[in-house]
Amino acid sequence: MDLERYLLLSAVLFVIGMYGALSRRNIITVLMSIEIMFNAVILALVAMSRFITPAAARVPGADPADVAHWLLTGQTLAVFIVVVAAAEVALGLALVISLFRHKDTVDVTEVNLLRH
Amino acid sequence: MITEAAAWGIIGLPLASFVLISFVIRPLLGATRLSGYVTVAAMAGSLALSVWALGSVTGEEGAIGFESHSWLTIGAPGGGLSFDLQIGILLDSLTAIMLIVVTGVSLMVQVYSQGYMRGDASYSRYFAYMSLFTASMLGLVLSRNLIQLFAFWELVGLSSYLLIGFWHDRPAAAAAAKKAFLVTRIGDFGFLLALLYIFYNRGTFAANGLNPFDIPDIHVAAGILGTGVVTWIAVGLFAGAMGKSAQFPLHTWLPDAMEGPTPVSSLIHAATMVAAGVFLVARMFPLFEHSAVAMNIVAIIGGFTAIFAASMALVSNDIKRVLAYSTVSQLGYMMLALGVGAPVVAMFHLFTHAFFKCLLFLGAGSVNHATGTFDMRYMGGLRKAMPITYVTTLIAGLSLAGILPLAGFWSKEAVLAAALNGEHAASGGVSALVFWMALAAVLITSFYIFRLIFMTFHGEFRGGVDVQPEVERSPGEHHVHLAESPLVMWLPMAVLALAAVGAGFLANPTFNFVGIPAHAFSEFLHEEAGDVNWVLAVASTVVALGGILLAALMYQTKQVSPKDWVRATGPVYRILSQRYYMDQLYEGFIVRRVLYGGLFRITAWFDERVVDGLVDLAGWSARSSGRALSMLQTGQIQAYGAGISVGVIAILVAYLTQQ
Repeated sequence: MDLERYLLLSAVLFVIGMYGALSRRNIITVLMSIEIMFNAVILALVAMSRFITPAAARVPGADPADVAHWLLTGQTLAVFIVVVAAAEVALGLALVISLFRHKDTVDVTEVNLLRH
Repeated sequence: MITEAAAWGIIGLPLASFVLISFVIRPLLGATRLSGYVTVAAMAGSLALSVWALGSVTGEEGAIGFESHSWLTIGAPGGGLSFDLQIGILLDSLTAIMLIVVTGVSLMVQVYSQGYMRGDASYSRYFAYMSLFTASMLGLVLSRNLIQLFAFWELVGLSSYLLIGFWHDRPAAAAAAKKAFLVTRIGDFGFLLALLYIFYNRGTFAANGLNPFDIPDIHVAAGILGTGVVTWIAVGLFAGAMGKSAQFPLHTWLPDAMEGPTPVSSLIHAATMVAAGVFLVARMFPLFEHSAVAMNIVAIIGGFTAIFAASMALVSNDIKRVLAYSTVSQLGYMMLALGVGAPVVAMFHLFTHAFFKCLLFLGAGSVNHATGTFDMRYMGGLRKAMPITYVTTLIAGLSLAGILPLAGFWSKEAVLAAALNGEHAASGGVSALVFWMALAAVLITSFYIFRLIFMTFHGEFRGGVDVQPEVERSPGEHHVHLAESPLVMWLPMAVLALAAVGAGFLANPTFNFVGIPAHAFSEFLHEEAGDVNWVLAVASTVVALGGILLAALMYQTKQVSPKDWVRATGPVYRILSQRYYMDQLYEGFIVRRVLYGGLFRITAWFDERVVDGLVDLAGWSARSSGRALSMLQTGQIQAYGAGISVGVIAILVAYLTQQ
C-alpha cells in the first residue's frame, strides 16, 4: 500500500462530504457531511504521519526516544481532532435544537439570519 | 563708524516698542499714555542711531561693508541648483537719507499723536501699529537682499492696512483698508513676478559668482543679463512701486486711505508706505538704467500721474483728499525724475516733500481738531483762532507750490531741470513731454494748495461741524472749539515748518552756505550736481505765482466766481469731481462686470460642475458598487460555502498550474 491510495480515499471522502454540506437542505445531514469531511482530513493526517515521518526520523545520530515521539505525533493529533470534532458536533446539535425551537424548521435554506 | 548691531537696532527699537505695547502694556494696562511715551522713546532712539548711521556714511565710497547672514540654504553649497537666501544690512548714503526722513518724520508724528489721539479707546493699539509701521519701513530701507526687502514691503502693506482701518467699526474705514490692501497687492504681484524672473535667471548670476537676490550683486548683474531680461525685471519692480507709491492707474487707494486717523495719513504720505515705491526704484536704479524702455515707462507714468492727480485735487472739498491727490501728484514728480535719469533729484524731492507734506497733514489734523470736520466748505477764518497752524500750513503750502526760498522750490526746480535736460540719453522725446506735464502740474499745484489755504484759514468762519448736514459728518462725537491745538500738537508742526524752510537750503545750496558746501545732497549721493537753471526757476515761480493769484482772485477777493467756472466747464468739472470715473470703472466695470459677471461666473460654473461633479462621481461610484456587491449577501450559508469552495479551488488550480 502506498501513500497515494490513502490520499485518494481521503480526497474522495472530502469531496463527498463537501457535496453533502453544500447541497443538502436538512441541517442534520449537513452536520453529518461536515463530519465526513473531518474524517477525510484525519485520514490524510494519519497517512502522512505513517509514510512521511519515518523518513524524517532516519536522521543520523537521532535520539531513539525523539524518534518514537515523531512517529506517534500524527496519531496523537488524530485523537485530539476526534475529540474536538465530538465537541463540535455536540455544539452544532445544540444550535440545531435552538434553531428548531425558534424557527420550527431544520431546512438551512429557510434560515438566513446571517444576512441581518 | 556704526556697528552692525546698532544698525539692526534702528529696526529693533520700534519693533521692540511694538512687542512691548501689544504683548505687555495693552493686555495689562489697556489704553494708557505709557504706550505713547514708549513709542516716542523708541523713535527718538532710532533717530539717534540713524544720525550715527548718517555720520558713518558721510565720506564713505559706497556702502558700509556689513557681511550678509545666511538665512536659508537650499541644495549643497556650490552645487548647480543650490540657492543661498541671505539677509543683511545695506547701509549707504541713499539708505541713510531715508533713515533720517523716516525716523525724523515718524518721531514728529508720534509726538503729535500724543495730543491728537488723546482719549481714544484704542490708544495703545494705535501706538503698537505705528511702531510696527515704522519698523517695517526702516527694515525695507535697510534691506540688503531683495527677498528681505519684499518681506518688509509686505509688512508695510499689512501695517498700513491695520492703520487705515484703525477705526474698524466704521464701514468706510474697513472698506478703505481693504481697498488699499488689494490695490497695492496688484502691484505687488508684479514685484513677485520680477523676483521669480530673477530666480529663473540665477544661472547667469551663479556663473559670475553673484547672489541673485543681493541688491549690490543685482546692480553688477544688470550689465550682464541683457536688455530684455533687465526690462522685464525693471517693469515688474516698477509695478510694485506703482502700487505702493499710488501711481496711475493704481492710485485709487490713496485718497480713500484718508479714513485712517490723520497722523497715520501724515506718516503714510510723508515717510512710510508711498515713499517705499520711489525708494525701490531709486535703490534698483542701476538696473533701470540698463533699460531705456523701463526708464521711459517710469517717466511717462510719473509725468502723467503728476498732472492727472493734481487735476482731481482742484475740485475736492475734503481737505485731506486735496492733500492726498497732492501726494499722488508729487510722487509722480519723483517717478518722473527717476525716469529721466535723475535719482538724486527724485530723492531730494522725496526728502523735502516728506517734511512739508507731513506738516500739511498735521495742519489738517489740527484744523479738524478745532472744527470737527474735514470739509473745507464749513471752515474759513481759522487764521485768527489758530495762528500757529496757519503760519506752519502756509509755509508748507508755499513750499509745495515751489516758491523761493522754501525747500519745495529747490527740489521742484531740480525735477524740472532734470526733465528739461533729459539726462537719460534714450529718453529724449519723453523727457521733453514730461517736462511740459510737470510744468503744467506746477500751475495746478499752486492753485489747489492756495484754494485749500484760502478756504480754510481766510474769510469768515462758516460754522464747522455744527452746521454740516448729519449725513456728511464722519462718525463719532465732534464739537467746534475754535482754539489753537495743544503744545504737543503744534510743536512737531513748528519743527517740521523749520525743516520745510531749511531742508532745501541745507541739503542742496547753490553756493557754499554757512559751512554747508554747495550741492551737499548730490555729493553725498556720489552724483554729479546740475547747476540751478535760473531761467527755468524764474519761469516755474511765475507759473506757481499765477496759480496762487488765480486762487486768491477766486477765494480771497471773490473777483472771479468759482461757480461761473464750474458752469463754463460743466462736463470737465463733472469728470474731475467724479475722479475720472476711475472708481466706477474699477468697481462697476472691472470688478462687477468683468470679474463677477464674466470670469468668476465661468470659474464658479467650472467649480460647481466639473470639480464638484468629480467629487460626486467618486461618491456615487463607491455607493453604487457597494449596493451591487451587497446583493451577494444572501444569508444562505450554503451559497457562502460554495463561494469559499470555488475560491479555494481557484487558488489551488492557479497555484498548481504555476508550478
